[in-house]
Amino acid sequence: MSENNNIEASQQETNDDEIKSGFYEIYVMGKRYKVPIGMTIMKAIEYAGYQFIRSCGCRAGFCGACSTVYRKEDEQKLNFALACQTLVEDGMYLVQIPFVPASKAKYDIDELKPEENTILSIYPEIARCVSCNTCTKSCPQDIDVMMYIQNALRGNIQKAAELSFDCIQCGMCAMRCPADIKHYHVGQLARRLCGKYLDEKSENLKVRLQEVLDGKYDKEIEELMTMDPDKVIEKYKSRSIEAAEEGKA
Amino acid sequence: MAITEALGHKLIEMEKWNCCGVVASLTSDDLMHHLASIRNLIHVQDEGEDKVVVLCDMCTNTLKQTNLRVTESQDDLETLNEFMDKENEYKGNVTVIHFLEFLRDEVGFDVIKKKVKRPLKGLRIMPYYGCMLLRPAEVAIDDPEEPRILADLIKALGGEVVDTPYKIECCGSYHTIDQKDVTSKRAGKISTFGVDRGADCIMLSCPLCKYNLDTRGKEAESLIDGYHQIPVFYYTQLIALALGLDMEPLDLEGHAVDPIKILKERGIV
Repeated sequence: MSENNNIEASQQETNDDEIKSGFYEIYVMGKRYKVPIGMTIMKAIEYAGYQFIRSCGCRAGFCGACSTVYRKEDEQKLNFALACQTLVEDGMYLVQIPFVPASKAKYDIDELKPEENTILSIYPEIARCVSCNTCTKSCPQDIDVMMYIQNALRGNIQKAAELSFDCIQCGMCAMRCPADIKHYHVGQLARRLCGKYLDEKSENLKVRLQEVLDGKYDKEIEELMTMDPDKVIEKYKSRSIEAAEEGKA
Repeated sequence: MAITEALGHKLIEMEKWNCCGVVASLTSDDLMHHLASIRNLIHVQDEGEDKVVVLCDMCTNTLKQTNLRVTESQDDLETLNEFMDKENEYKGNVTVIHFLEFLRDEVGFDVIKKKVKRPLKGLRIMPYYGCMLLRPAEVAIDDPEEPRILADLIKALGGEVVDTPYKIECCGSYHTIDQKDVTSKRAGKISTFGVDRGADCIMLSCPLCKYNLDTRGKEAESLIDGYHQIPVFYYTQLIALALGLDMEPLDLEGHAVDPIKILKERGIV
């Protein structure tokens, strides 16, 4: 869901008085707060006075640490989002999920083979999938989670890797699954198998790795590590971006 | 797909599908285990079709039983559709047919007979139906007590039918996982009936029966004195052979009991 959609949807559901006052009423773990309209869930919780020790990471939608579960007042369905990416709406009952207890299998990727039963033998619980699709509906990244589990189940490693590519390992799928599948670990295994054995090898990567090993960038890194912080910031701000240079940005 | 094309028909492969759910749940209040089947029927519906042809006996049985249940009970359909808050609901209009039904009713065994290029002449084949094609009777694709669809197909392909009363017995099914010996002994019993009546091989249409009769049947050789397992063919293998199609995709080398020897002996390949 894009941010614009969020604003539109939330405004429709808000009573006029509150919009005029510029505040929404939200509930953080059951306690009511008034927060300014237009904040992300993460900012709103901080505005309410909370300091994040867990459930907060990159603040840019990439790390998957800030998964939020919320229900709007009088709504039947639970909703799932990344707190740093979703705008706060009126009447949200919010809770942050700090950690997902999902056991992860130990395996040596070098000793695995990308065969039909490889994933199933490491995560046999994927055979318990009843196709309820709850995982898909709990994914803040809008990934077709059930379909990648189904592809893993039938041994289509490449398809499982492809469908799970946008996963940021927030773990909401595993928290919701009635069959106790640990989807995001399954997707990660599929992508590892795919990257190591099935995908075409990148020539550029090989060249760059050799350059790193040969110490081509050691001097530059050394300079950055000892540089004055202000200079680092300035250097970062004035950096050139490839896509912009090529006129693609 | 190659078979249907050779017979002048075209099937469209489903773009999206999930596991059928494996074994239709018979518990009256256990609707959750019908979700997988319903979802497949919704995939068919979403792709703009109203009929789905299924290769596997187990999938056919599961899909047919779920379809029947929601056709007969509006309540159950509504409960299952409650899960489809973001997906399309199942309207109940998809027909599920087994590939054998497609061959019998829509292609016609007489048409197949005319298209045979490599008749299975002299090959004595025991048709084996197992459970899923025939039980429960409401979803059976043939007479549950005296089925003939596989026998008719064998005749159309030019083979000889070896009939046995064990053709509708259970192969041991999922006991193959935790009680391998039970399944092996059943495979031994079923095949022995065929061998005593001069069968060269078995033809069946269920992948689990195929595994049990072939692999567990081979293991039965060490459990039953003097027993030798005869080769087991999946029905599409024999159809493709008889139609003269490319043998490469048939995976005849992947069997526990070598099926190529008898085909050579009978001069078929």
